Amino acid sequence: MGLALMALIWLITLASTYFFVAKTWWLPVGAAEAAGFIDHQLALTFVLMGIVFLAAQLSLGYIVWRYREQPSSPPVHYSHGNIKLELVWTVLTTVLFVGLNLMGSSVWASQRFDPAGPGAVQVEVTGMQFAWYFRYPGPDGKYGATSPTLMDPSAGGEAAVGLNPSDPASKDDVVTGTMYLPVDREVDVSLRAVDVIHSFFVPALRFKQDTVPGLNIHMHFKPTAIGEYEIACAELCGLGHYKMHGMVHIVSQEDFDKWLAAREAEKQ
Amino acid sequence: MATAATVHAHAPQGFIRKYIFSLDHKVIGIQYFFLALTAVWVGMFLSLLMRIHLIWPTAVLPLVGEIKPETYLSLLTMHGTIMVFFVLTTAPQGGFGNYFLPIQIGAPDMAFPVLNMLSFWTTFVAFVFMLAAFFVTGGAPLHGWTGYPPLSAVQSAGPGEGLGADLWITSIAIFCVASLMGALNFLTTTLDMRAKGMTMMRMPLTVWSWFITAILGLLAFGVLLSAGILLLMDRNLGTSFYVPLVVVNGVKLGHKGGSPLLWQHLFWFFGHPEVYIAILPGMGVTSQILSTFSRKPIFGYKAMVYAMLGIGFLGFMVWGHHMFMSGMSPYSAFAFSLLTMCIGVPSAIKTFNWLGTMYKARIRFHTPMLYAIGFVSLFVSGGLSGPFLAQPVLDIQLHDTYFVVGHFHLIMGVAAIFGMFAATYYWFPKMFGRMMNETWGRVHFFITLAGTYAIFMPMHYLGIAGGTRRYSQYTEVAYLQKLMPIHQFMTYAAIITIAAQFIFVINLFWSMFKGPKAGDNPWESTTLEWTTATPPPHDNFGGVTPVVNHGPYEYGVPGAPRDYVMQTDPATGSAH
Repeated sequence: MGLALMALIWLITLASTYFFVAKTWWLPVGAAEAAGFIDHQLALTFVLMGIVFLAAQLSLGYIVWRYREQPSSPPVHYSHGNIKLELVWTVLTTVLFVGLNLMGSSVWASQRFDPAGPGAVQVEVTGMQFAWYFRYPGPDGKYGATSPTLMDPSAGGEAAVGLNPSDPASKDDVVTGTMYLPVDREVDVSLRAVDVIHSFFVPALRFKQDTVPGLNIHMHFKPTAIGEYEIACAELCGLGHYKMHGMVHIVSQEDFDKWLAAREAEKQ
Repeated sequence: MATAATVHAHAPQGFIRKYIFSLDHKVIGIQYFFLALTAVWVGMFLSLLMRIHLIWPTAVLPLVGEIKPETYLSLLTMHGTIMVFFVLTTAPQGGFGNYFLPIQIGAPDMAFPVLNMLSFWTTFVAFVFMLAAFFVTGGAPLHGWTGYPPLSAVQSAGPGEGLGADLWITSIAIFCVASLMGALNFLTTTLDMRAKGMTMMRMPLTVWSWFITAILGLLAFGVLLSAGILLLMDRNLGTSFYVPLVVVNGVKLGHKGGSPLLWQHLFWFFGHPEVYIAILPGMGVTSQILSTFSRKPIFGYKAMVYAMLGIGFLGFMVWGHHMFMSGMSPYSAFAFSLLTMCIGVPSAIKTFNWLGTMYKARIRFHTPMLYAIGFVSLFVSGGLSGPFLAQPVLDIQLHDTYFVVGHFHLIMGVAAIFGMFAATYYWFPKMFGRMMNETWGRVHFFITLAGTYAIFMPMHYLGIAGGTRRYSQYTEVAYLQKLMPIHQFMTYAAIITIAAQFIFVINLFWSMFKGPKAGDNPWESTTLEWTTATPPPHDNFGGVTPVVNHGPYEYGVPGAPRDYVMQTDPATGSAH
């Protein structure tokens, strides 16, 4: 029985570890500046937790086999514990867990505490059941006013986000269903939701943020690789949650300018 | 209010007073146990339907027919809610705690027997309300067990958000009331009704775990109750606690100025301690069983007690780690993250001490021991994904993916359920007077351990690859389609594991009537429940009040006449 149990625990442990080490399924290739930090912190956490995982499971398996009751077993080691050992592993795990935490914190701080720089591309993301809309402020650099009474999701585009056409700042606003961003430029993104909570998740950009009705959340990130990346909604938002899908196109600055100019031209 | 002393003058005679509206904590414990057993089969059946739908989306299934996206979300919501409240909270605390806490401290009953009965029947009513949500127009709600508003607060936000959602919230509110009554009873009983000599530091770790769980319940369920009432008001009375100005399906609703994040704060202030409400009794019973079947004292009894107190205390200060992506202040994430990491320390102490208990032991592999060892393995595996999710920067990738689903299923789902299996196999002889079948117990264990790992470990791979949770289909997003082979594997594993649970339930009922008769102390355990008759008499100790002379885990004592010293054995020195 002890042998069977050890075999099963070891088998589970080694099989589980194999797929983490082989990276059979893993993060998509990163296409944003933050990917370097995040992937490194994830890998570091995997190595440290992996060591603890292997040590704990393998010794669990070994101990249950080694100390199974047999006629030849010596009497048990009568002991109520060992204060020194307790202190040793308390200090060790505190250092491990708190240290890991502090290392990751700097990355979080650099991403979230400072606002976007002055040259950032502005784009507003609006989530609604079950679509994403993206708004660019146009040449004036100002978003036009929106109003809930003007929102009409079935009409899509500008009407869906409730853009108020009588506001002069809204004249050059562009609303699209696909997100276009220039490569290697910081993006100042503001996130909103009109009905329920959604979550704007772009795995390749290592970006996730809930969009919350009543809040306008500002975030920033910098795409670093040209390509087309998928958006998946990551907060349960209703029956169409699974198909609340979108695309981010990271293009060259030149292509971005052309694309935006063409949208402006369509609008006039 | 009748107190234990007055109630226990005579055992009740009629069937209804004896088995239905019983004041006996043992009968009430068994009632909770069977309520949870019913609930776990309902919850497990819902998960089976989900797993089948994920890989065979067009299959028409028995009882539910075609599964539409909203049907899938209803299954998901009800699976989570039923499992968390009516299984993970009900069986370990209401079931085993009710039955064994009074006996283990040498009391004739709970402090408030009538309150105890009321607490069970209130829980039962809550369960009826919960199941009723399936049968009303629109069906069960689709907002997930976390019920985030505005989705859960707006009737037009989706099917199931009408009467079904009202029933769901009402059920949870009733459940909160029942749990508050239970918690009060557990606390009073533990503090006031211990036998002579049963000091706090001589209490079995199971009693400590139920006691700490009761403290958590008392502080957490009150908050959820208030939060639930506010949500009902938002839904039905036009208030705006959680709902700002929103436009749903193109219709501007009358709410104004509410905060969706307020619900998340209140919910997780309950929700995180709830995780420990589910797992702490499992830790207690694992400690008890590991010591018994290792024939060794528990390693570091005091450290175990302080670790549980530490986990309970810290458990109230970490709720924000569920909200790193919610739009909450990124500064607060620092505090929540650091405190969450700190919970890893007492958890690690417990793991070390469990290994220390088995080191240089003489391990007897009866089925309860197998499940306790399985608990340790699952606790390690589920626990070690915690430090990933506790880091806000990693949550950017992992939050709301299957990584989280794998994490909490391993630790608060399956580990807690292994605790319940261990408890069932261990205490069954005392509760029902007969032994369960060992061979089938072992078969059940090996399939279940391998099976649960096969279901929940691959979820971590899914999550790392960005596999979002709560999707009824993976057809609409290209990168998610590539992950389908993992889903197929998990579904096959789930079918096998669920099938194996019939072994358990058949063994349970067969043994209840046909198992070999159990003696008073079949496992050679030391705690008070093993000093009394099997099954225990109505007042637990047959008119005798036990006197406690020893700590709870005196195994392998050098020089003792046998390899264990019961808590009621004469004090050392007078033994000879």
